[in-house]
Amino acid sequence: MSWEVVIGLEIHAQLTTKSKIFSGASIAYGAAPNSQACAVDLGMPGMLPVVNQAVIAKGIALGLALNAELGKKQVFDRKNYFYPDLPKGYQTTQMDYPIVGKGYLDIEVDGKTKRIGVTRAHLEEDAGKSNHGIVKGMTGIDLNRAGTPLLEIVSEPDLSSAQEAVAYARKMHELVTFLGICDGNMQEGSFRVDSNVSVRRPGEPLGTRAELKNINSFRFIEKAIEFEIERQIDLIESGGKVIQETRLYDSETNTTRSMRTKEEANDYRYFPCPDLLPVIVTDEVIDAVRATMPELPDAKRARYISEMGLSEYDAGVLTSSRAMAQYFEALNKHTGGKDAKVCANWITSDLAGALNKAGLEIAQSPISEAMLATLIARIQDNTLSGKIAKQVFEAMWNGEGTADEIIAAKGLKQITDSGAIEALVDQVLAANPAQIEAYKAGQEKMLGYFVGQIMKLSGGQANPGQVNALLKQKLQA
Amino acid sequence: MLHTLSVKQMSEKLHAGEISSVELTQHYLDRITQFDPELNAYVTVTPELALQMARDADERLKNGTAGLLTGIPIAHKDIFCTDGVKTTCSSKMLDNFIAPYDAHVVTLLKKAGMPILGKTNMDEFAMGSSSESSYYGPTKNPWDLNAVPGGSSGGAAAVIAANLAPMATGTDTGGSIRQPASFCGITGIKPTYGTVSRFGIIAYASSFDQAGPMTRSAEASAWLLNAMSEFDQRDSTCLEMERPDFASELDNSLEGLKVGVPSEYFGEGLEPEVEKIVKDAIAEIEKLGATIVPVSLPNKDLAVPAYYVLAPAEASSNLSRYDGVRFGYRCENPKDLEDLYRRSRAEGFGAEVKRRIMVGAYALSAGYYDAYYLKAQRLRRMVRDDFTQAFEQCDVIMGPVAPTPAFNIGEKTDDPTSMYLADLYTIPVNLGGFPGMSVPAGFANGRPVGLHIVGPYFSEAKLLNIAHQFQQVTDWHKQTPAQYQ
Repeated sequence: MSWEVVIGLEIHAQLTTKSKIFSGASIAYGAAPNSQACAVDLGMPGMLPVVNQAVIAKGIALGLALNAELGKKQVFDRKNYFYPDLPKGYQTTQMDYPIVGKGYLDIEVDGKTKRIGVTRAHLEEDAGKSNHGIVKGMTGIDLNRAGTPLLEIVSEPDLSSAQEAVAYARKMHELVTFLGICDGNMQEGSFRVDSNVSVRRPGEPLGTRAELKNINSFRFIEKAIEFEIERQIDLIESGGKVIQETRLYDSETNTTRSMRTKEEANDYRYFPCPDLLPVIVTDEVIDAVRATMPELPDAKRARYISEMGLSEYDAGVLTSSRAMAQYFEALNKHTGGKDAKVCANWITSDLAGALNKAGLEIAQSPISEAMLATLIARIQDNTLSGKIAKQVFEAMWNGEGTADEIIAAKGLKQITDSGAIEALVDQVLAANPAQIEAYKAGQEKMLGYFVGQIMKLSGGQANPGQVNALLKQKLQA
Repeated sequence: MLHTLSVKQMSEKLHAGEISSVELTQHYLDRITQFDPELNAYVTVTPELALQMARDADERLKNGTAGLLTGIPIAHKDIFCTDGVKTTCSSKMLDNFIAPYDAHVVTLLKKAGMPILGKTNMDEFAMGSSSESSYYGPTKNPWDLNAVPGGSSGGAAAVIAANLAPMATGTDTGGSIRQPASFCGITGIKPTYGTVSRFGIIAYASSFDQAGPMTRSAEASAWLLNAMSEFDQRDSTCLEMERPDFASELDNSLEGLKVGVPSEYFGEGLEPEVEKIVKDAIAEIEKLGATIVPVSLPNKDLAVPAYYVLAPAEASSNLSRYDGVRFGYRCENPKDLEDLYRRSRAEGFGAEVKRRIMVGAYALSAGYYDAYYLKAQRLRRMVRDDFTQAFEQCDVIMGPVAPTPAFNIGEKTDDPTSMYLADLYTIPVNLGGFPGMSVPAGFANGRPVGLHIVGPYFSEAKLLNIAHQFQQVTDWHKQTPAQYQ
């Protein structure tokens, strides 16, 4: 009998605000412990939270992108529990009135589109960090992260394989980074994926789930879920029972192990936070957010393919990040929008290759859109051959100047004067009588040999089209 | 004698250069040294700070940058955080706590140039109606050292009554300004919820807590309320609107005023002598031109039970931060985290605080939330609606502040329920967030009794007007126990 896999994801996306969700302290990553925790973050007596309005716009943007119901009235609640890295003894979160209600995200797996339900997304504050073992036998508390704004995005249990789960997580990652509401950095914990995994026989009620937490790469998430599915099936088939627990993934051994069981269900004593008023989001605010929303990746890809004639592959690469799409669109605009394919090729091959080699993001590219546009223009106006253009590109990458400066400095201008080209052709033909004979005897490949010789003689600067035309003319004479 | 001057007279003399703030402040510091040991009204006295601020005030008085209250000393309830000065909330938990910031109220009153004499005693974390739950021992009522001063702002009321400060700040969650004001024969007003910023006020029950002035006269209260209230963006529940001049209506006539008298405020439990004093006071106000309108607050009896679910619920969460980890009391040699939590809280909190934390946590727990917390929220709305409806027929409501005058120290400490009932007239006002005040109206067996005046939202200027007019024809507010005259 077969097994059915049921997976739901909870994604914590850290919002890209300057300050915390309820205080003015900075959320920059990597500062000295407790240097970015103000009196509010420390839960000092008499301190009060004030909602950072920036988080509202960011949450609404996600809601719009997920075609979701929007929380026009939101209520912050307190989730009460004691832990040393939770200064106030409660986490402020949204329970019954979240910022984002029911929505969905379409994913593609094996060429098929599947619609995944999003249950909700709510705003909440992050806790601090407990660092065990910094001092032997002691636990260090770092409250820099306490109060960092998070959007917890909860999916429906609509995912039926590790592959689908990762496709969903990647798509959500793409979406939040595209929207600019999260930097997506998984290593720094800006985008955290918790997976709830269970298995059942088709038609049976949901099985007991295990939660996989704190996995900081998509590859490992997929592996962890795959392992967990196997583990649960093996367990049940050998007569065991899955228990509800949190499991940690060990990438060294590619296994999951139990972290804690939820045997004693915590009573968090949720109630509305009396220090905060309900947040009311007006239609004007929603319209304002909508007006500033970027075109989303799916729409962009579709447009690149249908309107610009790009391949699916190119469209995919060019929409892999918002910065990439911005670069492409700027370049396309600089080149007059005439040849999107040429722009796409330069970005996906030469530029992407160079960036990759240097370990740079597109936003850090030493070659700006305008510079690359000029290079493309010089090919189109026959100043450069494609081959020389690559040389100019390299020089630009190395900071030697603009395309025009490099062409002038290195004398790389293409030879298009027909007299000059004729002289080159004549010179090569004169030096190769035997080859002319061979060509005339039917060895047409000799043509390529002559072209090569001529180009070499011109230092690559002769216009290949003109060379070809003249050569053929002379050989037939 | 400087302490027999009204605040208005002090202000005039300071501005005229007849007295200096240093002189005035030193005078009060001397009185504190002399009398506070028997009253225990101050937790902390800050002579150096007070005199430094008095010198600064004198400078301002000379160079023409002084305001009405510049140079007049003040005592802050020990619930207001004061930068560099111990703020204990009268709890062992915060016995070692020195806030690195000022409450917004403290900031404003510093800006007004009011030297801080010290921090006044109170019920621990403002939970109580007698100031007996203080870690530093009970404050005594200046009118009778065997009696409690009321609570939770008992220290504040006592220092005004005994002339150990001309002005004081208090907070009122369920009656904590009005009830001690009544018990000590002084004037106190709890403004509309949201009028005064709660920033830096140690939270008890956030949706009820509201700070206000405690003074001898309504006029002084109006001045102090003017100085301590403004919109503060650090408190999300602070009203974002221009504050009126609360003293602007003081001299208005009461002609045509409609006073609602709720029958429910004169029922069972009200001591006959208190009833007589309150009715006489209302008759006095009638003489000033007001008409009496019978009104009804049918859900009054729901208020105390609703309050004792909601306030402890909020408190149970608000007080979670006192865990021995970052500040405040920490138990000796905790053997692990659990032990640190358990013992720090068990040893740091007093009995009443623990009782309310447990009640509150229970009311919020899974399976009980609907039956307690949500139901209490519904009752809260019913109680509020009672007032709203009554205010359709009258301008203000009058009645007793408390069913009895000050009770004896120790009388109710073993019976929390009877202690809770001491606030049955004040709590409904907090449930609705309405402004309310206590005005001295007489004495029962030598212990003061206050008249309770409650108005619709933002009617503080009207309440102060009524009280001021009442104080023009009575002198209850000017009376002082013989030994503190």
